[in-house]
Amino acid sequence: MLAQQLANGVIAGSAYALFALGFSLMFGVLGVINLTYGFYFSAGAFLALYATKSLGLPIWIALPFGAIASGLIAVVLDFLLLTRLRRTKAPELASLMVTLGATLLLYSAMTAIFGTEIRRFPPAVFDSSSFELAGIRLSLSQILIVASVIFLVLLFIFLLRATRIGLAMRALAENGSAAQLMGVDTDAVMRLVSFLSGMAGGAAGILMGLNYNAIQPYMGEAMMLKGFAVIIFGGLGDMRGALVAGLLIGIFEALTAGYVSSVLKEAVAFLLLVLTLWIRPLGMFGQAAVKRA
Amino acid sequence: MKMSTLVHPALCALARVTLARVTLAKVALASLTLASFALQPIPAEAQSAGSVTIGAIEILSGPNSKYGVAIKNGFDLALDEVNKAGGVLGQPLAITYEDSAGNKDQALNAARQLIGRAKVPLILGPTLSNEMFAAGPIANERKIPIVGTSTTANGITAIGPYVFRTSLPEASVIPVTLKTAQTKFGIKKVAVMYGNDDAFTKSAYDVMKEALAKLGIETLTTETFGGKDTDFSAQLTKIKSLNPDAIVVSALADAGAGIMLAKQALGIPKSVRIIGGNGLNSTKVVEIAGAAADGLLVGSPWFIGKKDAANQKFVAAYHAKYNDDPDQFAAQAYDTLHLVAGAITAAGAPDPEKIREALLKAKSNGVMGPFAFTPDRDPADTSGVTVLEVKDGKFQLLE
Repeated sequence: MLAQQLANGVIAGSAYALFALGFSLMFGVLGVINLTYGFYFSAGAFLALYATKSLGLPIWIALPFGAIASGLIAVVLDFLLLTRLRRTKAPELASLMVTLGATLLLYSAMTAIFGTEIRRFPPAVFDSSSFELAGIRLSLSQILIVASVIFLVLLFIFLLRATRIGLAMRALAENGSAAQLMGVDTDAVMRLVSFLSGMAGGAAGILMGLNYNAIQPYMGEAMMLKGFAVIIFGGLGDMRGALVAGLLIGIFEALTAGYVSSVLKEAVAFLLLVLTLWIRPLGMFGQAAVKRA
Repeated sequence: MKMSTLVHPALCALARVTLARVTLAKVALASLTLASFALQPIPAEAQSAGSVTIGAIEILSGPNSKYGVAIKNGFDLALDEVNKAGGVLGQPLAITYEDSAGNKDQALNAARQLIGRAKVPLILGPTLSNEMFAAGPIANERKIPIVGTSTTANGITAIGPYVFRTSLPEASVIPVTLKTAQTKFGIKKVAVMYGNDDAFTKSAYDVMKEALAKLGIETLTTETFGGKDTDFSAQLTKIKSLNPDAIVVSALADAGAGIMLAKQALGIPKSVRIIGGNGLNSTKVVEIAGAAADGLLVGSPWFIGKKDAANQKFVAAYHAKYNDDPDQFAAQAYDTLHLVAGAITAAGAPDPEKIREALLKAKSNGVMGPFAFTPDRDPADTSGVTVLEVKDGKFQLLE
């Protein structure tokens, strides 16, 4: 049972990590807490659902399609909501309030269009049967979740560490005005960051939808709460922290439900959040990898 | 203003609209006695035209009208049969419908209207429990029996001695489901899962817990989840390691389907069935969970495929009249009208007090099975409860 519970934890944790990764990147570089982020999680799942159900595309195309489309939505929303605030150097609270309002509007609009009933991907698009590996039951969608996380993490590391645009992102995170003075096209970098984080959020939504068969407009809202706990536990804007914290919270939850009590499962993430704020307010690794805004 | 089923449905609709307008006008002009004068004679005819007229308050418009319309269809079908067989007290029986639109204030006004103006000796409905909590106290205060056919919440009949209900509360259905599972599959030890953030799933869990204890079934573990959870793998992994004979689940359709999918993914054998409450008695579960829902057991007060002659006759007659399949609400309404007609005949006069006495003694055998009231005016008999199983993606009678 321990091996299975650890596997359960790693799978759930990978999804948390993927979700938190995009959130963390967005916060680390753009310096805003963008609450519309949870919406990309729902949007990705619905877009991929549309692609498979109405356009009849296979999941291998629907997955990148949904993720890229959510990335583009993120770019558009960031432009519409935050450009003006950035230009006037409005206080952080202003962007928080604007994105909060936008989130309510977006979820309500989605509910009006799709209703609150849960949906699932057509069973035919994906082999949902499970198999046994070294005493652990796994399914294709679970392996896909872990593989996608590894792929996106490697992609992000490569981008940030080995490319000029990554250097520009880190420069922007360090000091926006200085980066601009050094000739960095900060608007372009911001668009790319919005795109990447929207893509991570959308991909997480699609993979979770695929694994748990429960797609509904508010799925991003519940995830957002968990996402907050993960990024605070890992350190705001710290991508390595988000990754490790996501995995750890997933594993702790599984072990708590398995060996203590499932009543406490939901409390784990928030208990860690409170403890972090008390003991290590900067997060697990003590310092942020990129400077906090 | 009578609306018997002998009248063309379009006329009924027209009359209903007129009635609604009248009600609206009454509210708007409440202070003008002139308006009251003008309106008074219309409903006052109800009791005079050589028929016995009872009232009914149902949701006939708005988003929940599918329930009210099914109930009205059930009443009207039974009304035809009663009148074909000679009516009650030598007169035809008639029903005056009022539309509550799912609104408890409107249900309350409808009750006032039926009691004060139409002077009915009995009211059927309202559709929803919270409408009954508004309309029930008025009927009780005015000593007019009010009989809910679809109100399952706790505390309905506690409103007062004139409030009856014919729908089985969930607390009566779950024990039958569990007992059937015990005798049929020899279930001795179970794991229990319930949603702990929802009043409905929590109260069904309380019923399950009590029933399991009474039946002497051992509960190996009790696991909880949130209504919006999608990941149940940790709880089910633990349950798998305990090897239960079945998993008893109190959940709404969304979480229930997720649990069945996770159960299948974790390789818990098909022989370990999920036993659910009314929350899982939903085609949505089968739609989402697909083949993983096979083997699910739920209890239901009624099922369209029940094989007894009375039920088959009802389903055929309903189909002939409405060109549609009846649902549980129509079946409950159908039985209730026959029961009420019998009670009026037994009472010997369209007198509320005598009808109440007769209802308390009434016994019938309808499409839901044998029926009688407890002294607390709830259904006394649960032998009509059918246990259904999902087989090949459909709810079917458990053979």
